[in-house]
Amino acid sequence: MSNGTSELYFTFRPENAALKAKIEELSGENIDLCFQCGACSSSCPLTSEMDLLPSTVIRYAQLGMEEVLGSKTPWICITCFNCEIRCPRGIDIANVMEAIREMVLRTKYDKFTLDELTPEELRELPQIALISNQRKLTA
Amino acid sequence: MRLAYYPGCTMKTDAKNFDESTYSAAEALGIELLEPTRWNCCGTVHALAKDNVMNYLAPIRNLIRVEQMNEAELVDDKRVVTQCAMCYNTLKRANADAKADPDKMGKIRDFMEKEPNYQGSVNVVHMLELIKGLGWDEVKSKVVKPLDGLKVFPYYGCLLLRPREYGIDDPDHPTVMEDLFEALGAEVVDNPYKAKCCGAYHAVHLKEVAADLSYRILRQAQEAGADIIVTACPLCQFNLGDRQNEIKKHQREFEGIPVVYYTQLMALAFGKEGTGFEQNIPDPVPVLEEKGLL
Repeated sequence: MSNGTSELYFTFRPENAALKAKIEELSGENIDLCFQCGACSSSCPLTSEMDLLPSTVIRYAQLGMEEVLGSKTPWICITCFNCEIRCPRGIDIANVMEAIREMVLRTKYDKFTLDELTPEELRELPQIALISNQRKLTA
Repeated sequence: MRLAYYPGCTMKTDAKNFDESTYSAAEALGIELLEPTRWNCCGTVHALAKDNVMNYLAPIRNLIRVEQMNEAELVDDKRVVTQCAMCYNTLKRANADAKADPDKMGKIRDFMEKEPNYQGSVNVVHMLELIKGLGWDEVKSKVVKPLDGLKVFPYYGCLLLRPREYGIDDPDHPTVMEDLFEALGAEVVDNPYKAKCCGAYHAVHLKEVAADLSYRILRQAQEAGADIIVTACPLCQFNLGDRQNEIKKHQREFEGIPVVYYTQLMALAFGKEGTGFEQNIPDPVPVLEEKGLL
């Protein structure tokens, strides 16, 4: 165990419990069930774009670490539910990612707005793409 | 058989060919599809956060319309047929979750006080489930132009199959489209990429990421010698089809492959007008002509 990892076990404070409880409340998932097998990470089609593996996000969430709120991973997660059908512990990881996204979005944060698209791009994209994108990425 | 049909926004614009061919295929199978009056957005994505009741209003309002159609005896039962994978998933999950949670249902009813209360009686089904229910022999009996020699690569994507409890088929080994295309006389190319992600809404702000995921599926289809890819979702269709010109710029060895909605090939096999091939990118007509199907 590296020093970085062992530190995790000694920094669990009451505020960490609050963050963990909020993630569990919003996601409806019991994240303590996770035993770090990594099936979610190995089935995820987008790990190459992530800074934390999905299984790492779950571990950090168990420990109530604020790093999950600043991670790229929940925004890269596209809720394809591959992890959901693979998790041997029955955790819907996509729900956990949504909970983390929601916690950030509810600080009136927009990950991406359509103002950033050119008129040509806007015309080309079907509504299904635009609306689902904005539903997931805007407050 | 008269059934309520919820099309959804994209079916009326970028996926008119999906909508049009749905009516053509349904007509051949003796199904009359009726849209609810004043249908609205399905909600597009299901609200995964447990306290997000607001996102249930759009899907539940549509289900109220279906109950009203049933009460007015415009349709034969309380099913609503969907086509777009996102509409299917969102309506199906909102329906199941609202029914299972009286507190949530209460809030939804209170908020929409001018609407009749949703009774929770609607059954959301996908067109593929409906067709499977008719039986493959029934489908086969309607074929006037078998899709002989056409190598079809069925692609399901995510939301028709997952999460498991809302999927229309086995999430690992779906076979409904394979069975359908065998009944239509085509040669099915079974493939391990049929349930992989196409990149979905990352097409908006992470274009390259979505294009890379789509290319993996397209490459597999090309390597397997498929003539055509078949989808059941307007977003998959956009990522796999419309984006091919973009993909070709980065992937020199990729030659391009037509992508169509499954109902377009059904309409063709049933000898119906209204296949809508003119709206597809890339153009599927040359390969269909080559196979003697057009």
